[in-house]
Amino acid sequence: MVSSDRTSAPRDARAGDEDRRSFFSTATAVIVGGIVSVFPFAAGLLVLFDPLRRQGSAGGFLRIASLDELPADGVPRSFPVITDRVDAWNKFVNEPVGMVFLRRTKEGVAQVEALNAVCPHAGCFVDFLSKESHFQCPCHDSSFEPNGTRIHPERCPSPRDLDALAVEIRMVEGREEVWVEFKNFRAGTPEKIADA
Amino acid sequence: MRAFFDWLDDRTGYRDLVGAALYEHIPGGARWRYVWGSTLVFAFFMQVVTGFVLWTAYSPSAQTAWESVAYIQYDMQGGWLVRGLHHFMAQAMVVLLALHLMQVVIDGAYRAPREINFWLGLILMQIVLGLALTGYLLPWDQKGFWATRVATNLMGIVPVVGADLQRLVVGGTTYGHHTLTRFFALHAGVLPALLVFFLVLHVALFRRHGIHARDPERKPDHTFWPEQVMRDAVACLAVLLVVLGLVFLPGLGDRPAGAPPGYYLGAELGAPADPASPYSAARPEWYFLFLFQFLKFFHGETEIYGAIVIPGAVMGVLFLMPILGRWRLGHGFNIGFLIVMGIGIGALTVQAMVEDRGDETYLAAVEQAEMNATRVRDLTHAPEGIGAAGALALVRQDPMIQGPLLFNRHCVMCHTHVDENGHGLAGDEAPTASNLYGFATREWIAGLLSPEHIGTAAYFGATPYKQGDMVGWVNDTVPSMSDEEKADLQKVVAALSAEAHLPSQEAIDARDAATIEEGATLLKETVGCADCHRFHDAGELGSAPDLTGYGSYGWLSEFISDPTHERFYREAVDGGMPGFATHRENPLANKLSPEQLDVLVRWLRGEWYRPEFTLASTTGEGAAADPAPPPASDTTSAAPTPEASSEATMPAAAEPAAENPSAPAEPVEEPASPNEPEPGEESPADSPQAEEAPTEDAPAATPPAEEPPAADSQPSEEPTPTPEADSENEPAPSEPVSEEPSATL
Repeated sequence: MVSSDRTSAPRDARAGDEDRRSFFSTATAVIVGGIVSVFPFAAGLLVLFDPLRRQGSAGGFLRIASLDELPADGVPRSFPVITDRVDAWNKFVNEPVGMVFLRRTKEGVAQVEALNAVCPHAGCFVDFLSKESHFQCPCHDSSFEPNGTRIHPERCPSPRDLDALAVEIRMVEGREEVWVEFKNFRAGTPEKIADA
Repeated sequence: MRAFFDWLDDRTGYRDLVGAALYEHIPGGARWRYVWGSTLVFAFFMQVVTGFVLWTAYSPSAQTAWESVAYIQYDMQGGWLVRGLHHFMAQAMVVLLALHLMQVVIDGAYRAPREINFWLGLILMQIVLGLALTGYLLPWDQKGFWATRVATNLMGIVPVVGADLQRLVVGGTTYGHHTLTRFFALHAGVLPALLVFFLVLHVALFRRHGIHARDPERKPDHTFWPEQVMRDAVACLAVLLVVLGLVFLPGLGDRPAGAPPGYYLGAELGAPADPASPYSAARPEWYFLFLFQFLKFFHGETEIYGAIVIPGAVMGVLFLMPILGRWRLGHGFNIGFLIVMGIGIGALTVQAMVEDRGDETYLAAVEQAEMNATRVRDLTHAPEGIGAAGALALVRQDPMIQGPLLFNRHCVMCHTHVDENGHGLAGDEAPTASNLYGFATREWIAGLLSPEHIGTAAYFGATPYKQGDMVGWVNDTVPSMSDEEKADLQKVVAALSAEAHLPSQEAIDARDAATIEEGATLLKETVGCADCHRFHDAGELGSAPDLTGYGSYGWLSEFISDPTHERFYREAVDGGMPGFATHRENPLANKLSPEQLDVLVRWLRGEWYRPEFTLASTTGEGAAADPAPPPASDTTSAAPTPEASSEATMPAAAEPAAENPSAPAEPVEEPASPNEPEPGEESPADSPQAEEAPTEDAPAATPPAEEPPAADSQPSEEPTPTPEADSENEPAPSEPVSEEPSATL
C-alpha cells in the first residue's frame, strides 16, 4: 500500500530520493527480516545435524565364546556380543550390543564362521530354525543357508547375504576362544557398508 | 448483562465470529455424511488433551521411557485410562481419516474450487500418519522399538540421502536416547504444530467454499448450529464410545483379583526394548500391516519400489485427483482408484494376518513376548523396584526369563529340565545327564534313591556314573529295606532336601523340622551315606560329592563352576560335566559370567520374585512362572522318559505354561513327598487352573510360603489325604487349614 501510494505521487525533484529510499527500505526489510527469521533455524540445524558427524564405535575384535561351546556338527549357535556401549550421555560397561551366529565350518577343526544376526533387509534379528536347518527372518521372511547365503536370492527380500564377520581363534589360558570383529552394516543395500 | 456483551462485541466483534462459526449455511440441510471432518477434529482434540497429560508424566530416554510409561499405566491414578484413550484414539483417527477421504472423493468434493483444500487434507493425513509412527516408538517397548527399527531402516534405502536421513531421524547410528528425544520432539512438538497450522488453513478454506452438497435441492437448507452440530456431536460420542470400548475390552477376560486396573485395561505395554536380543514378534501397528506385507513381495534391490516408489506413486495419484477429476471420466477413475486401493490394502492386511496366524514360530514368539511383558510388569513391582539402570536390567537379571535361555545355551546338550508331563527344556538329542527339573526337592532326591529311577536317563542312566557306587548301592540296598528302613529313608530324603533351602519347600521344611533333624542323624549314622559322602561333621571328602548344603545356592554355584573340585567329583571323567567358571582370577575366560551363574542357579532353585497378581490364563503368566518350578507331586513322574523330553524344546517358558503348578499327581508308588509346587502361583483363586490344582493333586497343596497369608487360604481347605508315607511319618492329616502347608513328608 505504502509504496504504491508513493509511486503514484507526483514526480518532483525528491522523487528520485524517495524511490531510492524506498528501494533501500524494501531491500533492508527483506534481507534483515530474512536473516533474523532464518537465524534460529540455522543455529538449530547445527544441533539437529549433530548425529551426522558422530562416529559409530567401530569394532576391534571381541571375545564371543570358547571354541568348545560350538557344536561339532556345524550347526550355528547364537551368542551375545558383550562390550562397552555409549548412548549419548551414558556409558554402559559390558553390555550386550548385538548377536552373532557362530558355527564350525569343518568338523573337529578350529575353523569358525561368524555371521551378524541382523537381517540385511530391514534390521530384525534372524532366527536359526533347527528343524528346517536355515536362518529365517521373522519380519519379512528372508531365509538364508547356515553359511549365510540367501536361499532364493531372486525372491528373498534381503538385498544381500547375511553379513559375515572376521573371526580369529585365540589361545587364552590353554583354551581356544572365538574372537570376532563385530560390526553392524547398513540395511537395505546390496553392498555391505559398515555403519561408520 | 446485555450492556456488557454489547461492550465486549464492540471491542472484539465476537458476535460476528460466533455467528460465522455457528450459522454457516448448509445447502440441502445437515447430513450425517458430513460428520467425518468434525470427528477428526474431535479426535485430534482428544489427542492433544490426553497427550499433554501423558507428557506431564513421560520421560523420553532409553532408560526412562518404558519405565515412565509403565508407571503411568500401572501405578498412576487414571493413567491407564488416559493412555488407553490416547492409544486407541490414534487408531480411530486413522480409520476416520480413511472414511473422510472416501467421503470427500466419492462426493467429488475435491473439485474446483476446493482443490487446495483437498491437498491440505492429504498433507494433514501424512502428518497424522507421522504422529502414529512416532508415537509407536515412545513407550520404548519391544514392539515399538522393532517396528520403528524396520521403518527407519527402510528410510535408509532412499537414494543418495537415505543413510543421512536415517541417521538424522535415529539420532546417530544406534538407537537410543536420542532416537527417543527426537521422536518425542516430532511427536509432541513439530508434528502437532504443523497439524494445527494446516488444520486452521483446512478449516478456513472449508468455510470459504462451504459444504459441498451433492444434491442441495433435496431438503431445505440448514445452518451449522444446531442441526449439523447435533449430528457431529452424536458422531463424536459414537467415536468416543468405540474408543472407550477398546480401552475396557481387555477387562472382559480373566483378570487378577485385586490387581490395579492398569494391569488389564487400556493399551498394552510390551517388555522394555532390548536392542541386543532378538524379537521375533515384531510387527507394525495394524494400519501399517499392509505395507509390511507388501514389502515381502519385493526382493533385493527392487525393495525401493515396494517401500518408496509405489507408495509414493499412490500418494501422487491422490494428490492429482482434483486435476484428474476435471476430465469426463476422471471422477469415475478417482473413485475406482480409491476402491482398488482400499481392496488392495484390505487384502494385504488380511493376508498378513492369515500368514501370521499360521506361523508357529511367530505365534510362539508372540506368546513369549506377552509372557515377558507380564513378567517385567511384575518385576517392576518387586520390592527391589526399578533401579537406576532401568527396567531392562530387571529383565536381564531375572531368573525366570533368563534361566531357560541360559539352560538352553549351556546345559541342554547333556541335561534336561522336563516336568512329569514332558514339558520343559531338552536338547535335540537324547540327554546324557540328569533331569534337573525339581533338583534337590524331596521328589527329586526320592527318585534318586529309588531303584526304579536311579538307573534311568533322568538320573545316572546315561552318565559315566551309571555303573557307579551310588547306583549300585541303591539297587542293592533299597529293595531289601524293611518298611521301617524305608520310612527312615524318607526322613533322610527330607533332611538332604532341606539342605537346599529351596523356596518352594520353605513351609514344609519348617513344619517338618523334627523329621529333618532325625533324618540328618540317620544320614550321618545309620543309612550309610557317610561311608562315601561328607555331611557336615560326618564322613569325609574324597570319594563322592559333599552333601553338606546339597542343592543350596552356594553348593550349586560351586558345583557348576567346577564339578571336578574336591568337594564334588574330584577329577574330570570322560563324558563328565565340565566346569563353567573354573577361572576365578579371569572371569572373562569362563563360560558363565558371575551374573549368569547367579541367574542360572537361582532359576534351578526356583528362586525368583513371585508377583502379587498374575493373569494366569490370559497372559501365560502361570506359564512364565513355571519353567523351573519346583516339582509338582510325585517321584514317579520325576523321571521323564526320553521320548517325553525330546519334544520339549525352546519356546521354553511357553510350554510348561499350560499345565503349570497344577500338575497332577499320579498315584504315588514310592512314599513320595508330595509337596507343593509353585510358590509363585499365588492367589490361586485367580486362575482356573490353580483352582483345580488342589483337587487334582490333593496331597500337594502347599501354599506359597512367602506370600501373604490371605491369598493362601484357598488351596489348603482340607486336610489333604496323603499317600501312605505320611501315616508313617507324622500325623499330617489333621493339619489345620490356615496358611500352613498341608503337604506331608
